[in-house]
Amino acid sequence: MAIPVVYNLRNLTQRPVSTLATAAGIAFVVAILIGALALASGFQAALVGTGSPRNVIVLRTGADSELSSGLSRDAVNILRALPEIASDGQGRPLVSAELFVVVSKPRLGFTGSSNVPVRGVDPSGFALRSQVRMAQGRLFAPGTDEVMVGSRIARRFEGCKLGDKLRFGQRDFTVVGHFDAAGSAFESEIWGDLTVLGPALGRDNAFQSLTFTIRDTALFRPLRERLEKDPRLGVQVHTERGWYAEQSRLLAGVIRAAGVFITLIMAVGAIFGAINTMYAAVGTRTREIATLFVLGFSPWAVWLSFLMESVLLSLFGGVLGCLLALPINGITSSTTNWSSFSEVAFAFRVTPAALIAGMIFAAAMGVIGGFLPALRAARQTIASSLRAG
Amino acid sequence: MGFLTLVLVNLGRNKLRTALTTLSVLIALFLFCSLRGVLDTLAASIRVSSEDRLVTRNAVSLIFPLPLAYRERLAAVPGVKGVAYANWFGGRDPNDPGNFYAQFAVDAATYLPMYDSDVEIVAADPPQAEVSMPPGVDPKLAAFMTDQTGCVAGERLFKRMNWKLGQTIHVAGTIFPGSWPFTIRAVYHAKDPAFGEETILFHWQYLNQRGMGGTGPVGWYILRLSEPGRAGEIARAVDALYENSAARTRTETERAFQAGFVSMYGNVPFLIGVIGLAVVFAILLVAANTMMMAARERVAEYGVLKTLGFEDGTLFRLVLAEAAAITLIGGVSGALLAKWALEGTQFNAGGFLPPMTVSWATVGIGAGIALLMGAVSGLVPAWQASRRPIVDALRRVE
Amino acid sequence: MAAIEIRDVHKEYQRDSQRIPVLSGLTLEVAEGDYVALMGPSGSGKTTLLNLIGGIDQPTRGQVVVHGTDIARLGGRKLAQWRSRHIGFIFQLYNLIPVLTALQNVELPLLLHRMSGGERRKRAQVALELVGLADRTRHFPRQLSGGQEQRVAIARALVSDPEVLLADEPTGDLDRKSAEEILQLLERLNREFKKTIVMVTHDPHAAERAKRMVHLDKGVLSA
Repeated sequence: MAIPVVYNLRNLTQRPVSTLATAAGIAFVVAILIGALALASGFQAALVGTGSPRNVIVLRTGADSELSSGLSRDAVNILRALPEIASDGQGRPLVSAELFVVVSKPRLGFTGSSNVPVRGVDPSGFALRSQVRMAQGRLFAPGTDEVMVGSRIARRFEGCKLGDKLRFGQRDFTVVGHFDAAGSAFESEIWGDLTVLGPALGRDNAFQSLTFTIRDTALFRPLRERLEKDPRLGVQVHTERGWYAEQSRLLAGVIRAAGVFITLIMAVGAIFGAINTMYAAVGTRTREIATLFVLGFSPWAVWLSFLMESVLLSLFGGVLGCLLALPINGITSSTTNWSSFSEVAFAFRVTPAALIAGMIFAAAMGVIGGFLPALRAARQTIASSLRAG
Repeated sequence: MGFLTLVLVNLGRNKLRTALTTLSVLIALFLFCSLRGVLDTLAASIRVSSEDRLVTRNAVSLIFPLPLAYRERLAAVPGVKGVAYANWFGGRDPNDPGNFYAQFAVDAATYLPMYDSDVEIVAADPPQAEVSMPPGVDPKLAAFMTDQTGCVAGERLFKRMNWKLGQTIHVAGTIFPGSWPFTIRAVYHAKDPAFGEETILFHWQYLNQRGMGGTGPVGWYILRLSEPGRAGEIARAVDALYENSAARTRTETERAFQAGFVSMYGNVPFLIGVIGLAVVFAILLVAANTMMMAARERVAEYGVLKTLGFEDGTLFRLVLAEAAAITLIGGVSGALLAKWALEGTQFNAGGFLPPMTVSWATVGIGAGIALLMGAVSGLVPAWQASRRPIVDALRRVE
Repeated sequence: MAAIEIRDVHKEYQRDSQRIPVLSGLTLEVAEGDYVALMGPSGSGKTTLLNLIGGIDQPTRGQVVVHGTDIARLGGRKLAQWRSRHIGFIFQLYNLIPVLTALQNVELPLLLHRMSGGERRKRAQVALELVGLADRTRHFPRQLSGGQEQRVAIARALVSDPEVLLADEPTGDLDRKSAEEILQLLERLNREFKKTIVMVTHDPHAAERAKRMVHLDKGVLSA
């Protein structure tokens, strides 16, 4: 009952320039959509990956970022002694009270400085986060003025090579290692010993947060209730994952919204292109269409056929768009996460979901663009069009 | 029947196609100018800041404070006419965590005179009693000056939140925990939209006493210069003063300070530029495709025109003019729409950007691109139409 | 029973607000196995009459009965189905689908009938053999001469084995020799295969080959 698809495919190849031009328009739209989704995914992955499933982070109540949080030494001492904290192989508790600040440092290759996050950690701070691995050099020695630099920072800022000295406050610190952290936000940080960094930066008895590994995730809920109710502490308790997901939510949302907005507007333009192309196709095939009716094909079959042609054309554009967008996968970019007021470097992530979204979007453009021209073809009257063209 | 009439008649042959193509070009240029507008906006926010003010902050980073004690020595630096200071409060709307606006704790007596040419007070509570105002502070702010928990709100924020003069609002502190009440005593309007009206200013003493134990350090200092020409020199002199202190300073012009914020957007401007180009290119393809489709259909017609005596050159100009008409009308409309829509609504991407401006330069560039599009997309069909021998044209059957 | 009965048929066209009558009270009978040439000046309504017989158009008034079915009564879908089974059309400009091969063009009508792909191809092959183009099945229309294209069109018209063939100026675009071939083919189809043929033509040579001639002028029959 249906007109064979080969009819549509062959017709698309009859007008190569027209087909390519329209497909290219659609390709760009799809590429931009995928790009925006990849940007948001990359950014979110960087932040969400920052959390380990069994880690818990404690901050001062009401703080909306680690920067605005502050824990007193008393509170920290109470928290360090919690029975729910897990221990490592040697029986040492996996807990780290941390200093978190941003320090303005000049960038490599760009004028101006950016805010680099600096984290002062307890000795367990490294063991606590299983995704953190040394990439070059070594861990900083506790109690010394050594630091290690996240691999994303190392490439982008001055003075971060092994052996270089970085100044924090009153003291110079030596870079002894670069570390990876599975693409998470930690890779954009500089880590050092809390007890040395603190005084250097004039923050002796102030901590921003405390992170620990919980012995059993079932203990989380009751622990959180207990801690949040304790008047001596004045804290809020989150899973590390949940906390970082929240930190990325706003910016990732803005990026996605902007991307979708731009894409939708562009799509309208591309759809107009598709409509023009399809109307032209219908216009030059008037006699053919009439012949199909004469042979006995129903208007429905003709409508479906032209709609199919439009969808095939736009799917072709969709594939081109995916190919256009794929190379950006893995390219690193950075921007300031306003929630934490510090720069986050991340890699574009073209996910299968993004590609599928792109193809579906292309198909949708094909359906919308082809709808009316196909209708015109289907509503052609036979008698008048047999002699036409 | 003149040349222009011919062009318009030809465009009217297939009204749907002409309309769709014109709209495509409109959309493309709208997007292009909107995206460039983001860049314009960021540039404008730098422009608004002044070259006769310096900002002194902690050399380590902006989140580290400076001692209040620095005030006297800063005022004594040669070339400095006045010293003000402010802190970033960083609170949240307790009723809507997604609602973002800025709160600054400022030393009103010194801060407000520094910015009196950038803002004007449009509404204010009347004062309770006669009060002597510090020099340079608008007398309308009398009620604010006498109320320690009072605040001045930006007009846009004031309207958006449906606040009333004299109303007490609450802000949830993040750096300074607790619920902080502020009474709105006045509303300001920024003379340059890039200055920002999504802000409230309140008294530094309030923050100091309640949140910093009375010894409060300062977020940053603003220095007004008597000799703006020596800004660089004075900035270096200030930093030299504190070279060996616990809190070293970094001083730069307010413009450089603002530019620092803009540079925090990182790669984003570059990406935006790339997208803008992609948009233009994609729609150029669409427009060119349409011109060629139209030309293909009219091959025989152009042949007939030639037999009537129309010259090759005339035909060339005719086809080119058609292409240019579509792209110019569409393009200029799109560019103007971008300017009108974004500036008219003061679009600010949910607080992510300052209220947007689209410069006339951008509109001009948009129009230029549209013209270029018209030339490029019309060139090949125009050339073909003018050069095709009549015999070939009449013989052509698609 | 007559193959085709046209009873008091009227056809009018609306152009803007004007009504233009094309056929006014036409009555005609075509017997089974007949071969009729419809002649007349331009604008006389002969193509319109052909279209009515083929169910491509519907009369304003009157009946068109083909093999007992009043097709003026059939709705869109049923009409299309009926047409695909009972009518074969042949056009002056051949109207082949340019992007399909000769074989695929001939197969096309069979898509509307229930049969397997293999059977379809076989039937199309047979039809092409009948018109003498068995060696051109893979060719596209642009690779064929005018006469060959028309023969493919005739094969297509035959492939679903209709009783009636309607031809609208079948030789109008052909040179002498090709026209002759086509007319011979039509004659054979009428004689050997007993197809009822109604042919609209200007060409007196073509008209001669028919069994009888019918003249149309201003929408009515004459002589």
